[in-house]
Amino acid sequence: MTKRVPPRTTVVVVGAGHSGLAVSQRLGAEGIDHVMLERGEVAHSWRTQRWDSLRLLTPGWMNRLPGLPEPVLGPADDDEFLTAAQVASLVTGYADTISAPVHENVGVERVSPTDDGYLVETSTGPWSAENVVLATGSVRGVTPALAADLPPGLPSVHAIDYRRPSQLPPGGVLVVGAAASGVQIAAELQASGRQVTLAVGEHVRAPRRYRGRDIFAWIDAAGVLDERWDEVEDVVRARRLSSFQLVGGTETLDLNTLQEAGVRVVGKLAGLREGTALFSGSLTNMAALADLKLNRLLNTIDETVGGTGERPEPTRVPAPVLSASLTSGEIRSVVWATGIKPDHSFLDADVFDHKGAIRHDGGVTGPAGLYVTGLPVLRRRRSTYIDGARADSADLVSHLTRRLADPTRRTAG
Amino acid sequence: MTETTVDNGVNVEALLGARAALQESPEAAKFTWRATNTWLKGTHSRSKVEGFFGLGEEQETGRSFESEGDHPPQFAAENQGPTPVESVLTALGGCLTAGVAAVAQQRGIQLNSVTATIEGDHDIRGILGADADVRNGFTGVRVNYSIDADASPEDIEALVAQSQKRSAVFDILTNPTAVEVSVS
Ligand SMILES: Cc1cc2nc3c(=O)[nH]c(=O)nc-3n(C[C@H](O)[C@H](O)[C@H](O)COP(=O)(O)OP(=O)(O)OC[C@H]3O[C@@H](n4cnc5c(N)ncnc54)[C@H](O)[C@@H]3O)c2cc1C
Repeated sequence: MTKRVPPRTTVVVVGAGHSGLAVSQRLGAEGIDHVMLERGEVAHSWRTQRWDSLRLLTPGWMNRLPGLPEPVLGPADDDEFLTAAQVASLVTGYADTISAPVHENVGVERVSPTDDGYLVETSTGPWSAENVVLATGSVRGVTPALAADLPPGLPSVHAIDYRRPSQLPPGGVLVVGAAASGVQIAAELQASGRQVTLAVGEHVRAPRRYRGRDIFAWIDAAGVLDERWDEVEDVVRARRLSSFQLVGGTETLDLNTLQEAGVRVVGKLAGLREGTALFSGSLTNMAALADLKLNRLLNTIDETVGGTGERPEPTRVPAPVLSASLTSGEIRSVVWATGIKPDHSFLDADVFDHKGAIRHDGGVTGPAGLYVTGLPVLRRRRSTYIDGARADSADLVSHLTRRLADPTRRTAG
Repeated sequence: MTETTVDNGVNVEALLGARAALQESPEAAKFTWRATNTWLKGTHSRSKVEGFFGLGEEQETGRSFESEGDHPPQFAAENQGPTPVESVLTALGGCLTAGVAAVAQQRGIQLNSVTATIEGDHDIRGILGADADVRNGFTGVRVNYSIDADASPEDIEALVAQSQKRSAVFDILTNPTAVEVSVS
């Protein structure tokens, strides 16, 4: 038997979403030899892990990618919000435009340090690379431990696997989590004729429009998105913060509008006992915290541009509901909108913290030549969005280029 | 930055240091608090707290505090101490106020006075077994703070909100906890 020598390249980029492609564009511009390995097709996440009605919550001008002409839409044109399918074709078109060296249907199964870099083992054979960039996205749905205590037979689905209302049985739905996914799915399910109960913990409220413009135009103008990861007061918290309660379009979607639509708003899901869901009595404080934070954001905007705008009405907190039966027929299914995480389990290196998250400083990990990108607040607040890939890829590729230029550089092993 | 000499008597540096240290060694963060309770007479009993477990070992710091519990004459009792439900209210107030002071210190806010009124609504048909649909515990708890501090009303509201977010007793009251009672 002959043992195949793995083909060698300077950089393997794992994952062909927009983040990996932006890195590829920069590497190409520097003339650095690389390959991209993608377990599915380009933009796999946008094809397989988004619900049908999803629109970006960021306006069209925030889809800038390196090497593409800036979208015709400028920050003044606020109201173009792409659907998931449109994002998939944007990203696929991007891969074509930059002629990204993507190998599709190649799942990366193990990345381990060697004497001269990394061995990248895949579903179709190994690669050897001096550097590895992990751009595998946040592809894993997170559910709280108490999900294990759901009554047997009660259908439940994570937002990452949710597609449309007809996927759920008729009748009441408990939606757990009130970040962007939770509020959007709750609104859609309520509109489909199901009584939705929305369990709300800590959340981030934002009006869709403020002082006549889209909120992101202001957040951008106020410099918030450019705040660096090493300047943010508490970066651990900033990275953990849930997404804005926003939906693409011109309408505000918050606990007030959801209640007007008939959604029953309750506290955080705190326990499941004998078929009963128990909700925290902390809803009043969660709403107060979100309102305070919202007003701080709007104050920041006002300070930047001068004057003041009309403030949203404080969150209306309904009379407390502390439990709901999951066996009486009142609630017939559960949607977990409790967050998504990266899956770096294929990485065989000592880079994880005690919670299993990859340790990195602005995308640069401990082992030489190992980078990660596409994570919330990776190098700036903008990193959380598609729009962050431009600057993040420039920073990481310039780090990598400097490293390659150093003849005394170390390798991983 | 402006020079601040805020002093609420909270050593925030030590608390932040502990937070940083415990993020890296979660085992040391596992504490067990302990109390004993001894029946005296009627509904009158005495509780005592001394050592606790934490930072990886038993902590015997020469602490010894006693408190008594009883019920008022309206419950045909001898009024030797607060009722246990009142002790829950004082625990909540103590926890939230400590939080207000700590958060204020961290945010550079000088406190001049802090007073809380804590009320628990209680339908006692539950504990009397008079109506099986009435729960034993509080039907609602209200806390009202009166705070004089060198800060805007909005900053003071944020202090109180943050204190609730970080409060152990607030969490204990608002979320279910598994309780196991055994006899040895
Ligand atoms: C519900 C939802 C809504 C969102 N809305 C917005 C929005 O409104 N605006 C916005 O700017 N951003 C939005 N985001 C997107 C977010 O910005 C991106 O998910 C994030 O920036 C990461 O992009 P990425 O390119 O790193 O990852 P992805 O686009 O997820 O790409 C990662 C790629 O890696 C591949 N991969 C994963 N593991 C492996 C492996 N082991 N081997 C090979 N390939 C692998 C995946 O198949 C995928 O193609 C949303 C995300 C979600 C989940």
